[in-house]
Amino acid sequence: MIEDKKKAYLFLDDGSVYHGKNIGSEKESNGEVVFNTSMTGYQEMLTDPSYKGQILIATYPLIGNYGINPYFSESNNIQVSGFIVRSLCDFPSHNLSTLSLGDFLIDNNIPGISDIDTRSITKKIRSKGVMKGLITLNNDEKRALKILKSTENYDQKDLVSSVSTKTVYEYMSQKEDDVQRKFNIVLLDLGVKRNILRILDSKGCKITVLPWNSSAKTILGFNPDGIVFSPGPGDPSRLDDIVKVVKEIIGSVPIMGICLGHQIIARAFGFDTFKLHFGHRGGNQPVKDLMNGKVYPTAQNHGYAVKSDVLNREIEVSHMNLNDQTISGLINKKDAVITIQYHSEASPGPQDSEYLFNEFITIIKNFNKNKD
Amino acid sequence: MTQEISKVLIIGSGPIVIGQAAEFDYAGTQACKSLREEGVEVVLVNSNPATIMTDLDVADKVYIEPLTPEIIEKIIIEENPDGILGTLGGQTGLNLVMELDELGILTKHNVKVLGTSITSIKMAEDRDEFRILMNNLNEPVPKSFACSSIKEVLNAAEEIGYPVVVRPAYTLGGSGGGVAKNQEMLESIADSGLKASRVNQVLIEESLVGWKEVEYEVMRDSFDNAITICNMENIDPLGVHTGDSIVVAPSQTLTDKDYQLLRSASLKIIRALSIEGGCNIQFALEPYWITDPNRGELIRKQRYYVIEVNPRVSRSSALASKATGYPIARIAAKIALGKKLDEMTNVVTQKTTAAFEPALDYCVVKIPRWPFDKFEFGDRTIGTQMKATGEVMAIDRTFEAAFLKALRSLDIKNQSQLSELNESGESIDFNPSDSRIWGVMSALRKGMSPNELSKETGFDPWFSNSFLKIIKMEKELSSNSINSDLLLRAKRMGFADSDISKILKISTEEVRNKRIKFGIIPTYKMVDTCAAEFEAFTPYFYSTYETENEAFPIHHDKVIVLGSGPIRIGQGIEFDYCSVHAAWALNKINKKSIMVNSNPETVSTDFDTSERLYFEPLDEESIRNIIDNEIYESNKPKSIVQFGGQTAINLATSLDDSSNPIMGSSAKTIDNASDRVPFEKLTASLKIPQPPGGEVSNIKEAVDVANSIGFPVVVRPSYVLGGMSMEILQNNKELERYFESHSSLFEDFRGSLLVDSYIEGIEVEVDAVCDGRNILIPGIMEHIERAGVHSGDSIAVYPPINLTKKEIEIIVKYTKDIGVALGIKGLMNIQFVIKRFETRVNQDQRSKVYILELNPRSSRTIPFISKVTGVPMIDIAVKIMNGTLLSDLDYKHQLIPNKNFYAVKAPVFSMSKLTGVDTFLGPEMKSTGEVMGIDNNFQSALSKALISSQLQLPRYGKLLLSIADRDKKTSEKLIKLINSKGYNFAATPGTADLIESLGFPSERIEKVLSRHPNAVDLIEDKSIIGVINTVTGDRKTLQDGFQIRRIATERKIPCFTSLDTAYAAIDSSSTVTNFKVKSLEKFVNL
Repeated sequence: MIEDKKKAYLFLDDGSVYHGKNIGSEKESNGEVVFNTSMTGYQEMLTDPSYKGQILIATYPLIGNYGINPYFSESNNIQVSGFIVRSLCDFPSHNLSTLSLGDFLIDNNIPGISDIDTRSITKKIRSKGVMKGLITLNNDEKRALKILKSTENYDQKDLVSSVSTKTVYEYMSQKEDDVQRKFNIVLLDLGVKRNILRILDSKGCKITVLPWNSSAKTILGFNPDGIVFSPGPGDPSRLDDIVKVVKEIIGSVPIMGICLGHQIIARAFGFDTFKLHFGHRGGNQPVKDLMNGKVYPTAQNHGYAVKSDVLNREIEVSHMNLNDQTISGLINKKDAVITIQYHSEASPGPQDSEYLFNEFITIIKNFNKNKD
Repeated sequence: MTQEISKVLIIGSGPIVIGQAAEFDYAGTQACKSLREEGVEVVLVNSNPATIMTDLDVADKVYIEPLTPEIIEKIIIEENPDGILGTLGGQTGLNLVMELDELGILTKHNVKVLGTSITSIKMAEDRDEFRILMNNLNEPVPKSFACSSIKEVLNAAEEIGYPVVVRPAYTLGGSGGGVAKNQEMLESIADSGLKASRVNQVLIEESLVGWKEVEYEVMRDSFDNAITICNMENIDPLGVHTGDSIVVAPSQTLTDKDYQLLRSASLKIIRALSIEGGCNIQFALEPYWITDPNRGELIRKQRYYVIEVNPRVSRSSALASKATGYPIARIAAKIALGKKLDEMTNVVTQKTTAAFEPALDYCVVKIPRWPFDKFEFGDRTIGTQMKATGEVMAIDRTFEAAFLKALRSLDIKNQSQLSELNESGESIDFNPSDSRIWGVMSALRKGMSPNELSKETGFDPWFSNSFLKIIKMEKELSSNSINSDLLLRAKRMGFADSDISKILKISTEEVRNKRIKFGIIPTYKMVDTCAAEFEAFTPYFYSTYETENEAFPIHHDKVIVLGSGPIRIGQGIEFDYCSVHAAWALNKINKKSIMVNSNPETVSTDFDTSERLYFEPLDEESIRNIIDNEIYESNKPKSIVQFGGQTAINLATSLDDSSNPIMGSSAKTIDNASDRVPFEKLTASLKIPQPPGGEVSNIKEAVDVANSIGFPVVVRPSYVLGGMSMEILQNNKELERYFESHSSLFEDFRGSLLVDSYIEGIEVEVDAVCDGRNILIPGIMEHIERAGVHSGDSIAVYPPINLTKKEIEIIVKYTKDIGVALGIKGLMNIQFVIKRFETRVNQDQRSKVYILELNPRSSRTIPFISKVTGVPMIDIAVKIMNGTLLSDLDYKHQLIPNKNFYAVKAPVFSMSKLTGVDTFLGPEMKSTGEVMGIDNNFQSALSKALISSQLQLPRYGKLLLSIADRDKKTSEKLIKLINSKGYNFAATPGTADLIESLGFPSERIEKVLSRHPNAVDLIEDKSIIGVINTVTGDRKTLQDGFQIRRIATERKIPCFTSLDTAYAAIDSSSTVTNFKVKSLEKFVNL
């Protein structure tokens, strides 16, 4: 066995460099370097549009063990700019697997690095915060730093437009229509994960997916029973057009916001958002339901959060992150709005919060009842 | 309601047996600390003195008493606790609390069951109730039937179809179970299963052999918050007991969908069972999903079954705690008081709460430690009945490295990843056994493909491929010249320097030097529960070859404590007790303790026991690396080698050779004490008698020595553990047989075998601290069995009951003389034998004291003697090792005066689990654990010990005797005693003749098993209550005696192979009926 992998480097904005071996594409790539602590679910993570513009580090060291299969992707292709792992498995084992992770990266023309001290990089990001990084086969430090300086900051990037659908479509599972479709849901695609659609579909919703820049009029034109604002990448403060749309809609239809959707709705209610030091990304973030005191492990993936220093009587904080006491969810009973900062659709991560989709459906039912 | 609980009784798990080892000392100790933090007064009861939990520092009140409902009721009356906690004491604790409840004792005394309720426990433990619950939850369980008779069993199998699995209800480590492929096998397995079950019930299940076995550790609080701590994947597919499986954490071959499927099921189950505390759930997972080829979509998820739920803290919880850093038992104890998960702090990050699920950024591998290096004739196959006595765990950043490190941690002499177990070229046996993993490596080395291997073993191909990676690296190393890159890759994959040296055919030291020259030195990473997401404060590290080191040398004065590795026969929990106390003692003298150990079950590997914990193998490479990592301002920390059993003391020489300082007795002292020639010279010069004998290296020399000193002789290899391969031989013929069957020893044990005169007499054991000038003996222990039975298998009594003042004086003098002459600094353990000459007239000449053996280290009896005398031996030893003199301490005597009570230590065996192993007592140790009985008089203390070790005889009934010719003369006294106690006799012809000649009637039975009625018939009929059977000199296992002993063991009928044990047991059998209980504190402070 000869080790034929090429050397690869991760340069960080602060001048540090980490060595490893090239996996995936050999092209150069940059992005905001973030880490996720989930121990499973790399295929779901890589294809999650919320990672657009980011280089992802898997803190779990053994990645690729069960390969890649045609069923688990959360969007059509890999979304991350690069993938950094301690050890890449080149002999995947799972009966669904049709491709190795290495080949998946190559097919998507995404570069990565393996055999690198991922824990050391994680600690750096934990203490210094997220920063720009460059994956390259070129070990020229000056050159790398120059490239990093000249590239756009993550916060300035227009990411939602690049991951959102360009056209309106209806999502319906290909299964025979044994589910009676009772609820007409419009989902504003800011970077939606398929599992949100799958779950809503399985609960009897007919889902119409609209591009991120749809107007309130367009949205309401579909006569929805409920509107979902999806998760997505980037800084919510750049999306005030959508905030305006939300403001126009509030009160007329039940609304659910997930992750970026939650942040946008919060902004519509007058909250500010801010960038977290290094974000919450993983499958073990404890969230407390402030309404009943219960605690749930949740799947999270966000770099921004809603500031809690605004006193807002119109909307209540419903959930709180136990690690840093940031806002994890909001509720406005009068206008039938619920939002969560985390991922009730899981995939990857714990499925404990799937009940929130049921709650949303209950809210829709009650809303309709009240209307009648 | 929680405020009412101010005093809690915690039930310990009793002696160490297979299926219930040190993990419950860890759990119990954590629970005690945790409850006391909450201001609760803790009363602890356990029959096992070798535990940390029974320390007066750990609980407020300690009772070392038999774990029976009658005794517990007495303790309840004495202490009047508000609540009882049984879910941390293993199956023993759980069963005991259920019994107490069934008997109405808890209600009567108004004691609340804390944590998981009795109803929940029953629901999880009773197979039928559990099935109904699972069906209601829509959680799949394999087809199965609870059966109480062979007829029901056969009907069930008919319904399910063969093969079927037999699982007895309410047993430890699945004892009495198995997989039956046909009716004949089923009848035999079900029969033993029914007999092993407390409720005479077995479960007949659909066989899922070949499915993946995955476990989840789950916690729930009374507020219905539930989390999973960790999942674990067994490399051995279903069919091998999880305690006997190689286990990896977290799972490696499960997708997120698989992982969450089982995780969600786990949470649903723990909620439905209303568990308050920890719980372990085992699943069988079908290794494939079904897809629709036409439409390209998933038709259904994987099939899985819920196999078992343990509604308590378990062996797996201890492993999960160590694997993740999450203190399961500590949190479970607080939950039992009514605390919510989010009300408790995560002690690791000190910021976040306990309501989180650990994220790992490393891989953990556990390998069981089996006792077959000692029981070479035992049945080495493994299955649904657990056989391992202990386990090792290793942590690294890749599976291969964690696996190889775990192999190293097993500490099996001359065995490494490279070992070829059957060089003879026979085909490799892929059936599950203790040595299968070496067969697997060997097969891959010979070119078998990973897929073929997976077909043979049922391992997921991922594991087979990982093993192949290791083999490829072996080949790469052997076929390429070594360079920095290759060496680094080998080290990153977990290759030991010693294995690289064997492949490269250079010395280990050369590999080490090359490695250091290339700058390839290990880094240490922290186990922090959160994959580095938060800053953590756990001083818990593992080695790996990465770029960033997180364990900076401790600046303060510090000492490394070498632990004792996996629990095995001869090296048990006692040494963990010593290591833990060493860490505490160091703290008291203002030194930082650094613990090194590889055993996940123990208190020593709890990260808050020491100042810093390195979870590493206990071998030269890893200790030297740790020392180097801890060098601060060019000062190397000292190491303590005398508390970690033979494993630690064996490292003295290599540490000394590499100029690493040792604290306490020097390497030279250790060597002089262990090496026969200098030791003989020393005893001769001190005029301390030693049994005559010699060191030999071949049969001729052995015969010469034996004939010159006279038979019987004791033979044993030098430098061994627990009397391994030690035998008493009566004549030349037996000596020849010994050589034939132990030929391999002459390659392994530095070529030397000791042949000594066997002196039959009273065996006495002494633990002492020596400061180089003087000694301190806390108390002398006398063995019930005459010399010849391994001290670890003997019943020991404190204070001695038969010794004269003069003999005691001599023992104290010899102990001092030899300790001082050797220059012992710290602990030593000496075995003496006293030979009485009844014919001599002169008082002083009536007996002679011989020194049998000296171990320059802590011994198995340290916890026992420390507890009963109240002399903190480890604490004193550490002070002495640090330069304090005994005269500076408050101990005025060389021998502390006797306390006014008796304490008896009795061995406990796990023989029913180890099929094929002969149970007779001899010089080779066989017990896995120990119990203690303590009371104001000897008979009561002995009775309590016998009850706890399950050797107590009923007060009436028939005893079966089969006594070897050479013991017939000495057994007359015993026979008279048996008669006087009113027992009846059954005996084999020769023994019956003897009994009748003494004037007593005896039922005669056949000696050979082919004729009836024979001993086995009587045992099976349950018409006898005990067996006394001494062995003939020639011990081929196929003898009738072997069958008798095995059957008695498997049917749990007391079987005595030493006349002395039998005498003591019978003598005490009917003397005491109403025991008094008293806390240890009250006894010791008398």
